[in-house]
Amino acid sequence: MYKKNIYKVRSNRALSAKTWLMVLEGDTQYLTAPGQFVNVAIEGKFLRRPISVCDYDHQTITLLYDVVGEGTRYMSSLGEGAELDLLTGLGNGFDTEVECQRPLLLGGGVGIAPMLNLAKVLAGQGKRPVVIAGCNTAADAVVAQLFEQSGAEVYVATVDGSVGTRGFVTDVIREQGIEGDYFYACGPLPMLKALTGAMTIDGELSLDERMACGFGVCMCCSVETKSGAKRICKEGPVFKKEELIWK
Amino acid sequence: MEVTNNKSVDLSVELSGVRLDNPVVPASGCFGYGYGMSEFYDINILGSISFKGTTREARYGNPLPRVAECSAGMINAVGLQNPGIDAVIAEELPKMRAAFRKPIIANISGFSIDEYVECCRKIDAEEQVAIIELNVSCPNVHGGGMSFGTSAESVAEVVREVKKVVTKPLYVKLTPNVTDIVAIAKAAEEAGADGICLINTMLGMRINTRTRKPVIANTMGGFSGAAVFPVAVRMVYQVAKACNIPVIGCGGVETASDVIEMMMAGATAVEVGAANLRNPYACKEIIEALPAEMSRLGIERLSDIIGIVNK
Repeated sequence: MYKKNIYKVRSNRALSAKTWLMVLEGDTQYLTAPGQFVNVAIEGKFLRRPISVCDYDHQTITLLYDVVGEGTRYMSSLGEGAELDLLTGLGNGFDTEVECQRPLLLGGGVGIAPMLNLAKVLAGQGKRPVVIAGCNTAADAVVAQLFEQSGAEVYVATVDGSVGTRGFVTDVIREQGIEGDYFYACGPLPMLKALTGAMTIDGELSLDERMACGFGVCMCCSVETKSGAKRICKEGPVFKKEELIWK
Repeated sequence: MEVTNNKSVDLSVELSGVRLDNPVVPASGCFGYGYGMSEFYDINILGSISFKGTTREARYGNPLPRVAECSAGMINAVGLQNPGIDAVIAEELPKMRAAFRKPIIANISGFSIDEYVECCRKIDAEEQVAIIELNVSCPNVHGGGMSFGTSAESVAEVVREVKKVVTKPLYVKLTPNVTDIVAIAKAAEEAGADGICLINTMLGMRINTRTRKPVIANTMGGFSGAAVFPVAVRMVYQVAKACNIPVIGCGGVETASDVIEMMMAGATAVEVGAANLRNPYACKEIIEALPAEMSRLGIERLSDIIGIVNK
């Protein structure tokens, strides 16, 4: 079920030069799974901006976002008490019913966002989630702090080696000898493609794409899968590893 | 405000013998097959629904990204993604009927006369279809819809051939990307079209100045949204003045006031497209705002103002 509602900014702060954390207050009853997204109306812009839900509870929604263009710049300009129009309840979210004991939660850049709520849900089920944040630099790696209370083991990889393991999330898995039995991934397409090739365990991946509606009617975000065309906003954004076709 | 509480105004209109409770119709491609939108509101308040453009074969469409932001609008290059006419009839129409009790408008596209004829013959037999809307204008498919809609001769030919196999009113949805819209509309009318729908999207393009590449994978796409409204009003005005068949106005409509303006230009019904994508409640809000807007403007029967600017 979808809903359009007005939310009030409780806090909105920069974690680094490009990554921001916004906490919104309002109706969260249509959020049903970690890995769903909201579509944010931007003042003066025609299209909404799809943003992954980082975390939510019965009265707040937390968004972790990079300022990459005019839409997200507008979001970063909003102070406490400002109002934001969101569509919620969008997307399928991660499958938390998969049988596993030690799931790996792999985030590339701001793709780490949906892993916070996912880590909490999985830890709450008695599983032992491992979060690995793949970042470019130590400055980007501040997002790892968000996971301190999540109940997950947390590792960081940085491309420049300034903090954590030098390299990518797969380098952390190898270097630390982490034996996961399922993986959840979200991040840039090249990372997801590489992960699909590198991971021998089953898993699922969350895709990001330019969208218009976010609720399945415009077909602007359809991706070809092994079972036909799927809308990233509706049947996705999360797809099983074996479903996706990489070119 | 509830429409039903306002007894002083009449919102109903008639398209070729098909009565609509109100003139507001979600445009093809911006509402799917309707039932998905029932998650937002009861879609039975709509006048009708024009369903997603349907072709003979299933189509995936264009590569991603397919959409770009514009000032007061957007560009899309979906490329007629649809499951094909047989799957639409077998799977989508039953779901659509369960969610929407009123007669619908079937938007049909094609890449050859044969394809238009075959799809229209099949959809004509479906009871819930009241009007067939021939898309001769989708600007996204190379060598496809565009070539029909930009030539008066080919529009006339496809209308003549389809008319031979259908019993339902046949409307032609025209592209604005032509030098003389009136000549194309008159050719459709003379070939037997029962009505005209216009405008489809305007061909547009955006470039990402950082990557120095087009934003949309298809390079060009269809520009729609509030920015195109004045162009749509102008073309509806010209066509309604020149033709004696009903016109469905489409392009950039976002408010009840826009609906009234489009009808004053000559539209009998009004399609709402891109507005649904930003605000899924757009059509509902327009319908609910119409009675008050009519009262404010001294309009008792909406059908009275159709083409009033021409009179």
